[in-house]
Amino acid sequence: MIESLCFYLFAAITVLSGFMVIASRNPVHSVLFLILAFFNSAGLFVLLGAEFLAMILVIVYVGAVAVLFLFVVMMLDIDFVELRQGFLQYLPMGALIGLILVVELMMVFGGWVLAPEMTAVVASATPDIAETENTRALGQLIYTDYVFLFQCAGMVLLTAMIGAIVLTHRQRPGVKRQNISKQVRRRRDEAYELVDIKPGQGV
Amino acid sequence: MVDLFTGLVVALSTWLFGVEPSAWLAHLIGIIVAILVVTLPLLIAVAMSVYADRKIWAAMQMRRGPNVVGPFGLLQSFADGLKLFLKETIVPAGANKGIFLLAPMITFTLALIGWAVIPWDENMAIANINVGVLYLFAISSLGVYGIIMSGWASNSRYAFLGALRSSAQMVSYEVSIGFIIVTVLLCVGSLNLTDIVNKQKELLELGVPFGFVFTPLFPMFVVFFISALAETNRPPFDLPEAEAELVAGYQVEYSSMAFALFFLGEYANILLMCAMTSLLFFGGWLPPIDWAPLYWIPGPLWLILKICFFFFVFAWVKAAVPRYRYDQLMRLGWKVFLPLSLAWVFLTAGTLVLFDWLPA
Amino acid sequence: MTFLHHTIRSFFLIEFVKAMWLTLKYFFRPKATINYPYEKGPLSPRFRGEHALRRYPNGEERCIACKLCEAICPALAITIEAEPRDDGSRRTTRYDIDMTKCIYCGYCQEACPVDAIVEGPNFEFATENREELIYNKDKLLANGERWEREIAANIAADAPYR
Repeated sequence: MIESLCFYLFAAITVLSGFMVIASRNPVHSVLFLILAFFNSAGLFVLLGAEFLAMILVIVYVGAVAVLFLFVVMMLDIDFVELRQGFLQYLPMGALIGLILVVELMMVFGGWVLAPEMTAVVASATPDIAETENTRALGQLIYTDYVFLFQCAGMVLLTAMIGAIVLTHRQRPGVKRQNISKQVRRRRDEAYELVDIKPGQGV
Repeated sequence: MVDLFTGLVVALSTWLFGVEPSAWLAHLIGIIVAILVVTLPLLIAVAMSVYADRKIWAAMQMRRGPNVVGPFGLLQSFADGLKLFLKETIVPAGANKGIFLLAPMITFTLALIGWAVIPWDENMAIANINVGVLYLFAISSLGVYGIIMSGWASNSRYAFLGALRSSAQMVSYEVSIGFIIVTVLLCVGSLNLTDIVNKQKELLELGVPFGFVFTPLFPMFVVFFISALAETNRPPFDLPEAEAELVAGYQVEYSSMAFALFFLGEYANILLMCAMTSLLFFGGWLPPIDWAPLYWIPGPLWLILKICFFFFVFAWVKAAVPRYRYDQLMRLGWKVFLPLSLAWVFLTAGTLVLFDWLPA
Repeated sequence: MTFLHHTIRSFFLIEFVKAMWLTLKYFFRPKATINYPYEKGPLSPRFRGEHALRRYPNGEERCIACKLCEAICPALAITIEAEPRDDGSRRTTRYDIDMTKCIYCGYCQEACPVDAIVEGPNFEFATENREELIYNKDKLLANGERWEREIAANIAADAPYR
């Protein structure tokens, strides 16, 4: 009873805050609602018995990615009235994309209903929750069964990251750079010099 | 711990009223009692840690520190709390009121809920969940929200700059903390905090004092401790509140209880980090060496002693080290700690696989 | 070689360990702070604190209303009015010091030919409002009576150096 109550609570807040992400006027509020949505999805994961995924969701998305979102949104000076002006213009395109997403989701769920043998295929990879911890099961999947794909995904991400750095990095001549180890290594006797100045002569 | 109190509630109720309460009611009351048993002493400990911090810091500067309110000034924090409680909560005119008031509550709540998974002894945690370390890590990474929201909602330049610094700093140091946790996990083979401490019991029985700290994981302990300093915005990494240039950073517009909540949250977080260090590297509730008389001292006391020691070191560092410059802070996080901890993950994993020492 | 030396130094956090050791040593040192309202630091006999007007041992006012202190006061804090007394001696009828103006330079006591106006050893005369800091003759004479022993001792201690 309590479980289903929690589920409906988490689900309702997730959906509501998801709606508020696009509905709220202030972009910072949007990001904060996004965080709330992430958080409640983590709650849903916990209810499913996937506490590892829940924690990873909180650590990676809420703790790091959303912070960067928030960081950027706070720094940007967005005039939302101006942004809304093109709203009607982009509405058909947005609606189309939304429709495609909905249809695809329906196909996924419909597949489970229409072809029950497919669920057996999907479930074969994951052992039962009662059998083993989901952390172990996930590790088995990612690092043993599909290690090659995982590494490929990692390489793709690494390439993207290096690409971004290469594209934005530029060598500017005449820029003073800090050499920290040199700064740290500086001793008192090389930093200053005592000069004995005779009166009336100056340095 | 919850089971213990549930049993207690059932026994007490049957003895007093002659009726056995329904299972879920007893469980609920048991949970609430367990939470209170941890939280109330914790809040007092937080107040006393503020006092201890000031005293230690004063002693290292040859000052006396607070010594007027109560014997040896022991009641100073409570007097400060009362003073703050009686002050007016000022919300700046340009502030985003909801978020402005939400931020200190978030900081304070997050600092308290982390304690839910801390095992005080074998089977003595409010929630002995099997991803305990990740939970602690997640809670500490959420701490940034209180700061960044307060900084933004204050609508003040100083507060905003403090919040930006803080968010960048905390995200950077979380990365190395994550890798350090991974090295410990590789040696333990479980994410459960109780399992982590029990693994260190094996080390104790082998004659290694404390736990993981006196193994090749020692550098990771040092890096973890320094990252914990950065994660809790303590000196030498207190740039988010740098009094000298940002007056008080993200706290600048706060007064009264809102400020008090920030303050308490900060110290509760510090204590949480101390507890985490004790659990991961210093054997949690275990005595320092495997010697029978030391086991007579109850486990929670050992953990509290270890937390006190690390708190002392936190205050000690504050007295000894000047504040970092921001670029040096980022350099330390990304160019020193990240490669070092990453290398240690590889080294640990490699060693474990090579000698077939991987925990089952 | 120096590179290796520096690398080892920074890798093992030698500087930090040294700093921590230093602060730990200071942790156990006796406190430098004195417990102020109960303990006080030593004061020089030349300390220039709150003003006082002194009397001769027979009870006669020392001040002869020469107005040298009023003239020398750089902050214009002293106001004096004088009339001959019934016995024909010249005495002040009004001697005010505005303590909010006073800069505690000590010129008044240097200028005084009869050691009447002095700056005593008292520095704890904070008040709750400004009016109380405008001292009149009665207040200054009362100060003189209250602090006479300390003031006399200080003048005696300082006498050999004048």
